Amino acid sequence: MAGEIRFEPADRFNAFLTICKTAPHGDGKLAGIPVAVKDNISTAGIETTCASKILKGYIPPYDAHAVTLLKNAGAAIAGKTNMDEFGMGTTTENSAFGPTLNPCDPSRVPGGSSGGSAAAVASGMVRMALGTDTGGSIRCPAAFCGIVGLKPTYGRVSRYGLIAYANSLEQIGPMAKTVSDVSLLMQVIAGYDRHDSTSRDKPFTHTPSADIKGKKVGIPAEYFGEGVDPAVAASVHTAVSKLEELGATTVPCSIPSMKYALAAYYVTCTCEASSNLARFDGVRYGPAPDTKKSWHDAYQEVRREGFGTEVRRRIMLGTFALSSGYYGKYYAKAQIARENVRNDFARLFKEVDVIAGPTMPTVAFKLGEKSDPLSMYLADILTVPANLAGIPAISVPCGIAGGMPVGLQIMGRPFEDETVIDVAYAYEQAVI
Amino acid sequence: MTDDQVVVGLEVHCQLDTKSKLFCGCSTDYRADGPNTHVCPICLGLPGAMPVLNKRAIEFAMKVAKALNCSVLHESEFSRKNYFYPDLDKAYQITQYDKPLAEGGYLEIESDEGGERKIRLTRIHVEEDPGRLVHMGNAERGRYSLVDYNRAGIPLIEIVSEPDMRSPKEARKFLNKLRATLEYLGVFDSDKEGSLRVDANISIKGSERVEVKNISSYKGVEKALTFEVTRQKNLIRRGQRVERETRHFIEGSGITQSSRSKEQEHDYRYFPEPDLRPLQVQSWVDGIVLPELPDARRQRFIDQYGCSLNHARTLTGELKLANFFEKVVAADPKGLSTLAATWIADTLIGELNYRDMGIDTVNPALMTELVTLLKQDRITDKSGVEVLRVILDQIKNKESPETPSAIIVRLSLAKTTGDDTALKAAIKEVLAEQAKAIEDYRAGKNGALNFLVGQVMKKTRGKADPAELNKLLVSMLDTMEA
Repeated sequence: MAGEIRFEPADRFNAFLTICKTAPHGDGKLAGIPVAVKDNISTAGIETTCASKILKGYIPPYDAHAVTLLKNAGAAIAGKTNMDEFGMGTTTENSAFGPTLNPCDPSRVPGGSSGGSAAAVASGMVRMALGTDTGGSIRCPAAFCGIVGLKPTYGRVSRYGLIAYANSLEQIGPMAKTVSDVSLLMQVIAGYDRHDSTSRDKPFTHTPSADIKGKKVGIPAEYFGEGVDPAVAASVHTAVSKLEELGATTVPCSIPSMKYALAAYYVTCTCEASSNLARFDGVRYGPAPDTKKSWHDAYQEVRREGFGTEVRRRIMLGTFALSSGYYGKYYAKAQIARENVRNDFARLFKEVDVIAGPTMPTVAFKLGEKSDPLSMYLADILTVPANLAGIPAISVPCGIAGGMPVGLQIMGRPFEDETVIDVAYAYEQAVI
Repeated sequence: MTDDQVVVGLEVHCQLDTKSKLFCGCSTDYRADGPNTHVCPICLGLPGAMPVLNKRAIEFAMKVAKALNCSVLHESEFSRKNYFYPDLDKAYQITQYDKPLAEGGYLEIESDEGGERKIRLTRIHVEEDPGRLVHMGNAERGRYSLVDYNRAGIPLIEIVSEPDMRSPKEARKFLNKLRATLEYLGVFDSDKEGSLRVDANISIKGSERVEVKNISSYKGVEKALTFEVTRQKNLIRRGQRVERETRHFIEGSGITQSSRSKEQEHDYRYFPEPDLRPLQVQSWVDGIVLPELPDARRQRFIDQYGCSLNHARTLTGELKLANFFEKVVAADPKGLSTLAATWIADTLIGELNYRDMGIDTVNPALMTELVTLLKQDRITDKSGVEVLRVILDQIKNKESPETPSAIIVRLSLAKTTGDDTALKAAIKEVLAEQAKAIEDYRAGKNGALNFLVGQVMKKTRGKADPAELNKLLVSMLDTMEA
């Protein structure tokens, strides 16, 4: 029955930017289930800031398509979750409204950029949440907080209403404690939307199956190489053995294009971001510019004060990379590298059904530990390939290293989100 | 003024006359409504909104491409043109850059020397119109500016020509022909304010090229370019250099002004629009059925109605005019065509322009009646013009116009036929008054007869048939005693 829920959690981890104390809900698959929504997904009538000062006070007049679908399925929008500003970060420390803490260890980061959604689920405040994943932003916090998170195939979930950071890379995706709930949420949010020209008519109607007998699992050497914490690698190897026990066969493989993946990713996402974020000028929403100045000066002031350091850094990088004379050197080249990544995956998926490896090279960092942007970027090395290739990738908890959760990442063929969900489900069911 | 030293190329932006905007469902019919009333999250560039391409706009653009003999590319692409300006809702314009919809093609115009000349086209691409700023006071020093996004997202095509025009006049002819073609295609309404904007590149051979922006009228193009030709030639004559620069046309004063250097140094940082897929529409081309275009209609007017080339060119140069002509002569094409062509092309257009009226204000039936009366020799040409003026003045004053017959009766304009007593009396009067002119006539002075004819006409208030009057006058002069 349609109605209203009360939602007044003690938010000890700063997971939420907005809490909807009374949330209406309808009937359907998710009737009355509180769902947290990342703050870069537009919600009609609910402040949506992308954790940025520049959008403080912005109340969208419309719902993102995924939110409309949630509401249609009866879900209650419980609140808006904290994140790295505009999705730019791997720790949720780049929020203008303070970092989110990891419920598994409050001295550590929850991962990012969907850290608020992950913490809200991990701490049990909500059963499920929407995150967004541009270069690992669902899978990283899922791994760090010990929950399940899926980055769907590019085009499977409408991006309409998702405040764009890097349009060609990102997807909205489900986060929950169990694979079943991730799958359930996926049933609700996937499918064609005429408002998103890149969305595809591929609804998700699957129910997870634990039968993975005969599935071929590729194990790329690059996912266990330099920079990957041996304790994390060990946990993942153990998990892979479990998959073999369940009837899957493993195939060692290689993704040579990985060498250029991170560079291709950062060039592409900063270029797109520099353009996407240009509209935040204080004219239509956000803090109004000082009208005594000329518009050009007012823009500069609004943008200098409104954006955080990391956002400004990425806008400048992207602006530079797209500049006349540099386009061919950076953006165009990044697209070639991206094509190589896509081709590598296409080649591998002729031989294997899924590819498995760690989600993150390490467990969750200490708050403030990653102060150097470059070392922060390096942490994305295992997640960005799936975004560059547009393929589905899930992170499912696979044990503990040094007291913190480790994530097993499973990537699949485009539009075979069902397969990665099945493999994750089989593993999850086997270790419960 | 064709002169082979002048080189002109045009970039013409035309609003496509679709019902909804290029990337959203908002109505394009905004001109009569208040600011920011035809807007939605998409054309306001609200965070998270995404563009969805209007298929009709692409069909319209492809019609233009086919009519202008362009080749539609196998794959074209939308790109973002990034720049900050308050009228630009997303801080980028979705346009086409290195993969436009169509390339090549040409448009034929009447060259200044007569005959047809092909003006080659470089490309046609599709893009969205930005919003509009209304400055409170002056753009530089005004206290504030208001933004209206009603126009944001209106579909535009940009048609880029090669530098094939040789004079400002040719540029204007190119525009007129282009407008006619777009109107015949039913994709453009030139009556809508701001529906056409032109940037012109102009140089004198051997010197730098100047871009003139902000031209928003057909006449403006010729004016701006004429100003530039003079300015550039004067510079060269004085031994100065023509700077390569962007200048703005000031419509009111008819001059061009150098723009601020900041505006010229734009780096638009183009890259493919990731929210739209590449466009593969080449296969639609064969399915596009073009209507009769200006050149074909012109030929038909010559063949079917016996119009002269010049009349046919004028009448078909505007869709509404051509339609008007065909309505006027519909009842009796054989009988009326020649006379109607003359009266519409040579008289009506001038009278309309003088009153700043459009052809669509005139009921063709009135013109049919007038031309019929002229054909039947019931009134003189002079009276015909008078009747026309009365009708147009009445329309202009928002009165319902009288019929030509009614006007003729009211103003007693009917030609005197058979009974020439009144005319003879008038001639007598004139001859009695103008002894000097009669002397001149007898002395064989040129002009004396015409003067006398004029005097008689004056007395008969133009009702006299000139041929008859002439005959009568000469015979009366000759029988007069010296």
